[in-house]
Amino acid sequence: MTLKMPVPDRDTLSRSAEIIAALKKIAGEEAVIDDIDGRRTFETDALTAYRAMPLAVVLPETTEGVAEVLRYCHREKIKVVARGAGTSLCGGALPLEDAVVVGVSRMNKVLDVNFDNRTAQVQSGITNLAISAAVAEEGFFYAPDPSSQLACTLAGNLAMNSGGAHCLKYGVTTNNVLGMKVVLMDGEILELGGPHLDAEGYDLMGLMVGSEGQFGITTEATVRIIKSAEGARPMLLGFDSSEAAGSCVAGIIGSGIIPVAMEFMDRPAIEVCESFAKAGYPMDADALLIVEVEGSEDEINDLLARIAKIAEPFSPTTVQISSGPAQSAKIWKGRKSAFGAIGRISDYYCMDGTIPLSKLPEVLRRIGEICASHGLKVANIFHAGDGNLHPLILYEANDEEMAERAELAGAEILTLCVEVGGCLTGEHGVGIEKRDLMTKQFTEAELGLQMRIKSVFDPEWLLNPGKVFPLDAEAGIKVDTAA
Amino acid sequence: MLEPYIAKDQPIEVMGSGSKRSIGRPMQTAATISTASMHGIWMYEPNELVMSAHAGTPVAQIEAELSAQNQMLAFEPIDMGPASGGRRGTQTIGSVFACNSSGSRRVTIGAARDHLLGIEGVTGGSELFRAGGRVMKNVTGYDLCRGLSGSWGTLAVLTEVTFKVLPVPEKTATLIYLGLPDDIGVEVMCAAMRLPYEVSGTVHLPQSMAARLQHSVLVEQGQSITALRIENFAKSVEYRTNALRKALKVYGEPIVIGSTSSQEFWSEMRQLSVMPYNEGTCLWRVSTAPLNGPKVVAAIRRHMPVEVFYDWSGGLIWVEVPASADAGASDVRRAVAVHGGHATLIRADASVRSSVEVFQPQSPLAERLMRGLKTTFDPMRLLNPGRMYANL
Repeated sequence: MTLKMPVPDRDTLSRSAEIIAALKKIAGEEAVIDDIDGRRTFETDALTAYRAMPLAVVLPETTEGVAEVLRYCHREKIKVVARGAGTSLCGGALPLEDAVVVGVSRMNKVLDVNFDNRTAQVQSGITNLAISAAVAEEGFFYAPDPSSQLACTLAGNLAMNSGGAHCLKYGVTTNNVLGMKVVLMDGEILELGGPHLDAEGYDLMGLMVGSEGQFGITTEATVRIIKSAEGARPMLLGFDSSEAAGSCVAGIIGSGIIPVAMEFMDRPAIEVCESFAKAGYPMDADALLIVEVEGSEDEINDLLARIAKIAEPFSPTTVQISSGPAQSAKIWKGRKSAFGAIGRISDYYCMDGTIPLSKLPEVLRRIGEICASHGLKVANIFHAGDGNLHPLILYEANDEEMAERAELAGAEILTLCVEVGGCLTGEHGVGIEKRDLMTKQFTEAELGLQMRIKSVFDPEWLLNPGKVFPLDAEAGIKVDTAA
Repeated sequence: MLEPYIAKDQPIEVMGSGSKRSIGRPMQTAATISTASMHGIWMYEPNELVMSAHAGTPVAQIEAELSAQNQMLAFEPIDMGPASGGRRGTQTIGSVFACNSSGSRRVTIGAARDHLLGIEGVTGGSELFRAGGRVMKNVTGYDLCRGLSGSWGTLAVLTEVTFKVLPVPEKTATLIYLGLPDDIGVEVMCAAMRLPYEVSGTVHLPQSMAARLQHSVLVEQGQSITALRIENFAKSVEYRTNALRKALKVYGEPIVIGSTSSQEFWSEMRQLSVMPYNEGTCLWRVSTAPLNGPKVVAAIRRHMPVEVFYDWSGGLIWVEVPASADAGASDVRRAVAVHGGHATLIRADASVRSSVEVFQPQSPLAERLMRGLKTTFDPMRLLNPGRMYANL
């Protein structure tokens, strides 16, 4: 693969025995992983093409424990890579050989739930789904729902400002967090917000969310919990072109209905998912929409009937309203297992651009052309309501030349997303994957501004370096900061 | 844009129309930059729920344009102008985001900051920058849209904003519970928010506050008012209103007002019409956990007579206190320290605002980071210096 990581610091590597001994003294023997097999578990994230064996892994159990480790690393100028569950698709949690990985997975408790205030205070190593599980008894849930929600931690969601299929109605992570406790690189503990609805002073919490683990390590958070709707049901709408499907989405939104989710799949995606999940997707359609609405039984029927009517002028080839929970589950199983289903037939490279809805047909056509020009196949999945597009470029991982072509095609697709008024990443983050494309979206001055903000939180750039910004830009700012 | 001021090292007052000019610490500035001359909507895609406007565009113009397409600024920005001594109905869209000003719908739909998708601005170093974009989901680079929300023009001059808009619901109904004391009013609001009916506004006005309403039907009741808003398609409003009424029947039978009457009422909330400008009093805005709202008020009341009303199901309290040398700051802040949250002094004499902290004091660490951000964006401290905090 083509992306380089910063050259490891020889001095740090030569001191590894001393560093590990110090970490064990600080964090306790059982919290430090230094054997090869143990460390190997942490050498990559969900961008598995890239790997690096970290110097050591520490799994503290308290905020103070994280602070002590960071204080030591700060004093000794040792880099730190924060880690939740390692499900980042962009290499956000990729270790460095000269870095200590600090994982929050052992801090996974629910500290307090208050249904009147509609808040849950949790440790950040809790999984996304476990938050919802902890409040389900009263019919509440935590709204952001990334596909990896069974495994991914809140800490990672906060670092990447994760989204999901249902954020058209409920927003992404940043819209659902009220308070955070964050350990900065120098070991200081920053408390932001709380159970109240807005925080004062500069919106440090807003900056912290989505800072890709480069500003601090979040150990606790207070999140908004929401009462679940009485019910929810999807419908399937098949079309013979992506234009028709896109126009239908515009029509639904224009009518004043905000469905809880609107998912689009193109023909290759439909075929793979249907053969995997037997969800009842129409095999004769070029484009499929899954539209889900919420409410009471009567409200759902009313809304789905309205949507069917809105779809009429676009000549849907299929209009199928889910008959009940079993069929709804099947419909969603098809969509939610899309990545897995495609993974069974091929390796794939999952892109994550966002585009204005009106550009969908043009973008899909050009994605087809780009992939064809590299001799590659592609399937497209699209969160239609919010413009987040996931082209899955199919390739064979053990064919290095083909893998490079997939990377090239991916970069061209993301550049296209920026060109049509969208952005490089809607919910996966920049990490290492899109680092070098940042210049497509931002001017040098804009990148400089962002990097100077990083320096406010971590002046020596010890936290998760080598990510988000092109390496030469990062090297430049470090010289500036040191001067 | 800022070069002449940089050359002369002249501090600048940054504003839109100036409707919120008297909020914040008084400043010593040599010049004023107003974005009011930068106005106009340059992109509006109703089917994508997105609009872009120059920062100086009046909110009134934006809302008129949206209304023509049956859409709205869902976070219903509060107009703090009249209450703070500024003019009514003049605020600009840039100032709404710069001050992160959100109204009653914040409890369900989020704050102004949550609707901001993209910005263009100029730093204190006169660097033009953009952040975010026009799409709903965007995690490309750090989130400067949130970072600049609520910075009150102290970090950059916003020149353009792109934001999410939402459809206007077909119908609105408001359930009005009468005669409840504050703590029970908050209990009702929290109970309503625990139900699956998407209540989109919850306010409690004690009797003396309800008497200040212009809404004649409600004034005539002569009692405290606890209001719950339901918005949706007509059938849903009917269903949800009944369901809510049934679920909350232990609190009595509410009056239900329809769309037009509801709009009058909620528009009064947006205008803070019950907290009109009054030289004899100062006005605080307190944010706390909903259940703690009445406790904060009780704690302040032990030290001075106050008039209050609760929004955000008890989590936002507008507190009117008698004018005094410190506007009751130490007692207000002590109450907030005990029960959590923060307090902002919205209205007081300039002399008071220069002697007490207007915005909630921050921890030394947060202060250090804020100073770092100020230096990053505005190294010469030219933009609204000292408006939020003395050293910013």
